[in-house]
Amino acid sequence: MSQIELKDVSLRYFTLKEETEALRGVNLAIEEGEFVAIVGPSGCGKSTLLSLISGMLQPTSGQVTLYGNRVTEPSKRVGYMLQHDYLFEWRDVLNNILIGAEVRSMNMRLAKERALSLLERYGLGGFATHNPKQLSGGMRQRVALIRTLVVEPDVLLLDEPFSALDFQTRLALSDEIGTILREQHRTVILVTHDISEAITMADRVIVMSNRPSSVKTEHRIEFSDGRPSPLLARQRPEYNEYFQAIWGELEEHVRISE
Amino acid sequence: MYESQSSNLKRNFESERSASNGGGTTPTQSSEYNRFLRARRRRVVSIRLSQVVVLIVILAIWQLAASLQWVNPMLTSSPSAIVSLFGQLLHQGKIFTDTLITAKETVIGFVASMVIGIAIAIVLWWSSYVSNVLDPYLVVLNALPKVALGPIFYIWLGDQKSIYGMAIAISVVVTIMMLASGFHEIDKGKLKLMESFGASKWQVLTKVVLPASVPNFVSTMKVNVGLTLVGVIMGEFLSAKAGLGFEITYGGQVFQMGLVMTSIMMLVVLSLIMYGLVSYFGRWLTKKYHFD
Repeated sequence: MSQIELKDVSLRYFTLKEETEALRGVNLAIEEGEFVAIVGPSGCGKSTLLSLISGMLQPTSGQVTLYGNRVTEPSKRVGYMLQHDYLFEWRDVLNNILIGAEVRSMNMRLAKERALSLLERYGLGGFATHNPKQLSGGMRQRVALIRTLVVEPDVLLLDEPFSALDFQTRLALSDEIGTILREQHRTVILVTHDISEAITMADRVIVMSNRPSSVKTEHRIEFSDGRPSPLLARQRPEYNEYFQAIWGELEEHVRISE
Repeated sequence: MYESQSSNLKRNFESERSASNGGGTTPTQSSEYNRFLRARRRRVVSIRLSQVVVLIVILAIWQLAASLQWVNPMLTSSPSAIVSLFGQLLHQGKIFTDTLITAKETVIGFVASMVIGIAIAIVLWWSSYVSNVLDPYLVVLNALPKVALGPIFYIWLGDQKSIYGMAIAISVVVTIMMLASGFHEIDKGKLKLMESFGASKWQVLTKVVLPASVPNFVSTMKVNVGLTLVGVIMGEFLSAKAGLGFEITYGGQVFQMGLVMTSIMMLVVLSLIMYGLVSYFGRWLTKKYHFD
């Protein structure tokens, strides 16, 4: 049994105007500690997949299981990092980080210790009492990551966490967060439309098809002499091969949809 | 390999940090910049002076028109008559009692209508079903001139409490509508974040919706205090035995323009103080919740 399993998952959205079939027959198994990236054409329901795994959405048919148990509500074992940081203006950095622990009624003393040590470890040591407004976009997103890590999830869901940042910050931050996530040894599922990001950060890249989407192909990402950091991975010869292959698969959809 | 990577990152933070602190201003200001600042200051001073001049000119014309009999002073009163009457009324102490009565009614009406407004807005946020059901009623209540309800309040609540009835009726509907629409405009992402942590509706309300609405509370309070004052004066017109609104109607009925004008002056002062207090509290609240 894998840590996360999606069996024949389908999802349809209903509005007064129409019915939209977002996912059709998605099958996916993710092992504990794996770093998986999901790429696909825009609007293919990548984020929907995360909402299903997190328990915020229920599939129309099929089932999602976490450690063999059916997911019916947001699980304490899952942490979700969104596209924007959504830091609360009225809380300082430390109290923003503690919001998840507060909501889940965790031991606040331990959570605070964890928060402070994570801030220290990831270069934000002096910022605990700062207001989010005083932080740059990259720093804010790091705070958002720490907020997700403080609740100690076994599974981290990242929904295009770098897409709202400028290119330079984005490269630097994805490199850094990739490094952080690797040393945390947690299961990570990253949704992105950036092929480079997917290849350089993940162990496995899953390519989704157009809507109604399902898993199209999978690529296991391996580098000949060990895993380089995301920034360095871009210089490896394997990087280009993976990029070409995944790009080729996505391009088909671009052509079909035109 | 990751070791060297992360020390690199630390350096990045440091440079980012100094950039965010030190950017913008140069240590020595150029003469052009100083000139710009001086021009700005001059403009501010000049505006303040002009404001005072406008007031003086109005009072002077008013006084002249009355003293030189361009207009009938019986109809217009005059600044000097108001000042001397004010002295008399001050001596009797009555005008202060009236002002305090109106002030008390306004404060109570304001607090009550804010509390009722917040409570109803929360209910409307909590249940979109209730909100949809009540929507047409709110629209009708909003459109209805609440003054028309005066006689009903008088019969139901008596001459004293009907003032509060009128004050709340006039201010509460707008309060509810402003607050409820503010609650709906809160960033959906913040709500999704709370949902991802498995937050209960109560947690979402207390940890996100209410604190995020602080700027909206502040502007709602500013609108509410003005409307409550309108309601209180209206209520006093209809039924009171004391208060500034009563003095204004009474002065009108016995043709004492001096009393009317003096009461209006006190009302101006009162509304300035009320608004001042509310905006002071609003600034404090905004600062406390870091929306400044």
